[in-house]
Amino acid sequence: MQLINRAMAGTLESSDAQISIAPGKDGIVLHIQSTVQNQYGRAIKQSVLDTLSKLGIENAEVDVNDRGALECTLRARVECAAYRSAGIEAGIPWEEM
Amino acid sequence: MIQRKKPERFRLRRTMIFLSAQKPGLIKDPLIYGADSLMLDLEDAVAENQKDAARFSLYHALKTVDYGDTEVIVRINGLDTPHWREDVRVCVAAGADGVRIAKCESAGDVIAVEKAVEAAEEEFRKEKGRTLLMAALESPKGILNAQEIAAASGRMFGIAISGGDLRRTMQVSPVRGGIELNTARGLVVLAARAAGVQCFDTVFTDLNDEEGFRAEVLLDKQMGFDGKSLVNPRQIAAVHEIYAPSEKEITAAEKIVRAVRENAAKGVGVFTVDGKMIDIAFLPGAERTIALAKACGMYKGEL
Repeated sequence: MQLINRAMAGTLESSDAQISIAPGKDGIVLHIQSTVQNQYGRAIKQSVLDTLSKLGIENAEVDVNDRGALECTLRARVECAAYRSAGIEAGIPWEEM
Repeated sequence: MIQRKKPERFRLRRTMIFLSAQKPGLIKDPLIYGADSLMLDLEDAVAENQKDAARFSLYHALKTVDYGDTEVIVRINGLDTPHWREDVRVCVAAGADGVRIAKCESAGDVIAVEKAVEAAEEEFRKEKGRTLLMAALESPKGILNAQEIAAASGRMFGIAISGGDLRRTMQVSPVRGGIELNTARGLVVLAARAAGVQCFDTVFTDLNDEEGFRAEVLLDKQMGFDGKSLVNPRQIAAVHEIYAPSEKEITAAEKIVRAVRENAAKGVGVFTVDGKMIDIAFLPGAERTIALAKACGMYKGEL
């Protein structure tokens, strides 16, 4: 997937996560801030990296501000931010998500 | 990945609770409320610039949260918006049990959604005909076309009144006793029964008026609605309680079912049970009471 603009998705409400994503040059540069960093920091990182890899994104700057989101929410927010960045609104390949 | 089982077109639907698909806190564990159906909303509860986010959130919720036997219906955006086709695609891909068509006004609207659903079932290799449909009637035109809407597709399981928009276009506001929606409610129940589908009444939004809510639920039950749309989990228990048959009704229903069977075996068509005339016409009602009592956990007999 070709990222074009900086884009965001998600909120700072409890159980949600706010993701910001922008085109990058040197692989995935990931910053994570989480209310549950000590317990789940590594799991969050893994989910975000997995989701980006599934989307075929190899270079990006990604900021995660997590408020205790479940993994399914993290994935949803990362995908939404990525598709917004790429400017794709419809025809999402749902079976690949 | 959760694979939801094939949806049942006709099942118990006393309570259908609205939850915004965009809110992670709301959609992760709503099955603890015990509603018969969940209505994950992509329409009015989701801001215009968050429609895409709600779809991703909906997709992953359906794929990872086990909603068990609780039915999951998705309210899609109106056919006059650019959103509804993608809404249909995500519903079908994620395996939602059904789609609620917002602001439905004609059989043509149902057929348009049915075509999109069918195309999505093919695209995502789902069983053809799996995804159910229901329609929300929110305008005078929708109410007057209730019968053709209810009968427009073999996927249709019900029609619902959506009172917010309907009251606005009728230039009325909620009244104790419900006289302002009297005709609409009557027409919707009639149309649903004529088409052989279920019908659901609109939400009651004043959470502080417990007495008014209970009165409206009782009215719905007496008019023949199968259930009610709800805005808050606090409303679920009251609907289930009001819709539950009484012990007296269950006993009477049991006697009728047994008497009809015994008399049929003897070749008798009309007879009395506890002083009341009974014939075969009473059987479906009595059987429905027993089925409802079973669903409410109130009947443990042999029928």
